[in-house]
Amino acid sequence: MQTKKSLSAVLWLLLFVVLASFPWLATRAGEDFYIGVVIRIMIFAIAASSLNLILGYGGMVSFGHAAFFGLGAYTAGIAVVHGADNAWLVWLLAAAIGGTSALAVGYVATRTRGAYFIMITLAMGQLFYFLFVGLRQYGGDDGLRMSVRPALGLGLDIRSETVFYAVVLGWTVLMHLLLARLVRSRFGLALQAVRENEQRMGAIGYSTRQYRLIAFAVAGVMAGVAGALLAMHNQFVSPKLLHWSQSGTLMIMVVLGGMGRLHGGFLGAATLLLLEEVLSGYFSYWHIYVGAILLLVVMVSPDGLVGLGRLFRRKAAAPADAGRAP
Amino acid sequence: MKTNKLLLSLTGTLAALSMNAMAADSIKVGFLTTLSGPASAPGIDQSDAFKLALKMLGGKLGGLPAEMISVDDQFSPDAAKQGADRLLRRDKIDVLTGVIYSNVLLAVTPAAIANKTIVLSSNAGPASIAGQDCSPYFFSVSWQNDAPHEAGGKYMLDKGYKRVALIAPNYPAGKDAATGFKRFYKNELALEIYPKLGQLDFAAEIAQVRAANVDAIYYFLPGGMGVNFTKQYSASGMDPKIVRVFQGYDADQQMLTIGDLINGVVNTGQWSSDMDNAANKLFVSEFTKAYGRVPSTYASQAWDAAYLLDAAVRNVGGKIEDRDAFIAAIKEAKGFNSVRGEFRFGRNHFPIQTQYARVVTKMPDGKYLNKLVGPVLKDHSDAYIGQCAMK
Amino acid sequence: MGVLLLEQTLNGLQFSVTLFLIAAGLTLVFGVMNFVNLAHGSLFMVGAYFAAWFAGMLDSFWLGLLCALPATALVGLVIEVLVLRHLYAKDHMVHVLATFALILIFNDLVRIVWGPLPLPLDLPSGLASAIQLGPVPYSSFRLVIMLSGVLVGLLLWFLVTRTRIGMWVRAGANNREMAIAMGVNVKWLYTAVFTFGTVLSALAGVMLGPLVAVEAGMGDGVLILAFVVVVIGGIGSILGAAAGALIVGVVDTLGRTALPALLSATLPPAIASSLGSALGSMMIYLVMVLVLFWRPSGLFPANS
Repeated sequence: MQTKKSLSAVLWLLLFVVLASFPWLATRAGEDFYIGVVIRIMIFAIAASSLNLILGYGGMVSFGHAAFFGLGAYTAGIAVVHGADNAWLVWLLAAAIGGTSALAVGYVATRTRGAYFIMITLAMGQLFYFLFVGLRQYGGDDGLRMSVRPALGLGLDIRSETVFYAVVLGWTVLMHLLLARLVRSRFGLALQAVRENEQRMGAIGYSTRQYRLIAFAVAGVMAGVAGALLAMHNQFVSPKLLHWSQSGTLMIMVVLGGMGRLHGGFLGAATLLLLEEVLSGYFSYWHIYVGAILLLVVMVSPDGLVGLGRLFRRKAAAPADAGRAP
Repeated sequence: MKTNKLLLSLTGTLAALSMNAMAADSIKVGFLTTLSGPASAPGIDQSDAFKLALKMLGGKLGGLPAEMISVDDQFSPDAAKQGADRLLRRDKIDVLTGVIYSNVLLAVTPAAIANKTIVLSSNAGPASIAGQDCSPYFFSVSWQNDAPHEAGGKYMLDKGYKRVALIAPNYPAGKDAATGFKRFYKNELALEIYPKLGQLDFAAEIAQVRAANVDAIYYFLPGGMGVNFTKQYSASGMDPKIVRVFQGYDADQQMLTIGDLINGVVNTGQWSSDMDNAANKLFVSEFTKAYGRVPSTYASQAWDAAYLLDAAVRNVGGKIEDRDAFIAAIKEAKGFNSVRGEFRFGRNHFPIQTQYARVVTKMPDGKYLNKLVGPVLKDHSDAYIGQCAMK
Repeated sequence: MGVLLLEQTLNGLQFSVTLFLIAAGLTLVFGVMNFVNLAHGSLFMVGAYFAAWFAGMLDSFWLGLLCALPATALVGLVIEVLVLRHLYAKDHMVHVLATFALILIFNDLVRIVWGPLPLPLDLPSGLASAIQLGPVPYSSFRLVIMLSGVLVGLLLWFLVTRTRIGMWVRAGANNREMAIAMGVNVKWLYTAVFTFGTVLSALAGVMLGPLVAVEAGMGDGVLILAFVVVVIGGIGSILGAAAGALIVGVVDTLGRTALPALLSATLPPAIASSLGSALGSMMIYLVMVLVLFWRPSGLFPANS
């Protein structure tokens, strides 16, 4: 167990080193286009991890999560249209809006269960989607172009891709540390216990709905910030970011990467986006391969996907470590 | 251990991505167009024409080996931006062409211009880029969006229709269409409807047109929208005396599948397949031979784009790295024989050309031809050239 | 004005009927098998594609329809036996992911088989014109769509309330464990219900094919609306599907027509149009959220 943990830690460190030096490596090789690809991966890693919190750890199948991602992006876009030029302010706003809207949606959705929960999260996601499609003064269907990338201050020029890469890397590390802290805390353990058996948790006095709501809100904050980062990266925001198919994509990332596992969001985002990058180069119809891979993953796992994770954990660790990643 | 394996392979892949790509002594043309979905017919048309033109030119443009890299924009400014990014930064293209739709063009042009890549629009020609946002790096070999609509407006004004309905989708080119039409049709409109772009069911709109008692309809419904509208319109029992006028490029496409439903309908444009010049005769015969169908206006523009590049590259002796010289050569267009006949660029890099009226006519062999009727706007520039600061 | 209102009402009704056709199959599968089937829209699309293909080859819309239904049913049967059957016992999320994967697969599959351009599907020659309904001429094909929807509704009502298999279906939707305990052959019932749902969805696709583009992704927008209908009406209930379809159809048509008309009194036409259509689209989801707040199991749920 100890060796496995330290091996894991070493690999994470190795990954960090590769990520940190990637811009330099890529520029040396003349392939600086891929810096943008890795930036996208990191941003989606944050978004997918936020969904992992409520889906993997919280057991809530939210099909409208892309709405908070998109809301964060539009917060950034609209702020710039109205003259905002401070990245910190934009991130704060995106976090606040992501969090409050998630709280609002969560408040309504957690009143329902099962299939109705899925549908209501989907419906509310679509509400936000159509809202932005209808707002023609912010581009509507055509999307919103951002004339500037909000400044960082600190004597650094955020328009430089290397600086922006470092910013995104910083956020990615921060978000993952936060997530790690959260899921290992009493709150995190309780949340997972609620996922496992809500009735029992309610019976022993936990306010299960509260735990769910807080998880929802935190996920909203994370997704909001990720959205703002994506908007700043592309300098373009489109309502498609809020569409239910985008929520589906985020779910695929979480499932591929590992639900309820700390690395799930990051690995899932990297896997899916790299697959996309590679496959689209060779095939004009590459969605069919993504679909086939997803189907395979879903089918092959014997006890459902959470079961796979539990199976591994049971093999590796003592039964008491209910929430820790192997 | 599943985690560690994934982590290892991921790290490996990232490192492996830092691989060098070779650059050849050639001209790289990024062809970003709509190749899928209901709006893809124009894109596929343009792609076909450009490929054929390249083949006719021996795979070379002006003596330089030409590489055409095709990307599908999926009719989405989002996907287009990603595709354009890849073309500009990974494939390092010299010229970007093929974009059909204005919203897509507006999303990708800033990045291309910032990258000092030439954007040669083979279709979309938004007002902003013809006017205040004009740039030396941007050329439109097709038109400025308003042109066919201005011609439509002039045509309707000349014919004296009093109650006119205008239908255009709610997006930049749609708004340009309405503005252009109203610039020349000076009377008040009986009805203006702006359906959502990509909308496919027009029952509601047709009902409104019926209720407004019009004697003519001017509509701009590109691609699949137009096909569906025409099918539904014909099935709705509308008064056959109502005159319909629309754009040549859509008529060309619709003739192939729903010719019966648009027989006798007038349409406007800068080109017609029966135009009498050597370049056009070659174009029409080769295209028909290769693809088994008469080419459309879209195809004519993509063909012209290829031949324009050919002339320009030849005129700079293949030294396209000297962007300023290359741009000057494109602007001068010396030795370029357009299928439209005479061709020249205005100082905003948009064409100054004649707009014609054409009519869908059934031929003895049962097929349809868009016959040239006559000029509507001679040697016509665009309304935005005054706002362009370029000389 | 009265003519416009009449025509728009008919349009709203026609849209409701189309939604009902799609939602009926979905609610049955949802109710009887507790299975969230996102691939329902894909089967709608496959139905339209088959119809266009056969109609093109046999030069007849009706023959195309006749061939498309069993062809799509076969496709539905294949995915049920190969894939879906193994997932019934699992989490809803597994259903969502597996059927979402199927959407991705089908959307590319139809383009690989039939090419990237939409397939032409012409109106049947006998129904390509309009019929005079009082003051308003209305497309006879749209009338036929409404008629077929009503007929299907009646057929379903008859099947579900008057036949043995219908009894099993109702039992399964009402109380699955009890139905199994009472000896209903669940495996075959599930396959039968799924295949039947597929045929309904395919029928909707074929009927809508001549009016819209037969293209990849045509089922995605319709799928979401179908789910909204099912959730509003109550999972597992045909009556619920009808009620939900009526509500959604009316709200959507009003949103597309009355709302822009109202807004254009104060706003320029372009803005009125887009704002109206956006609000109209949002209204459907708002209505759904409201209904779920008031009746968390929908209006006419199958299990009491």
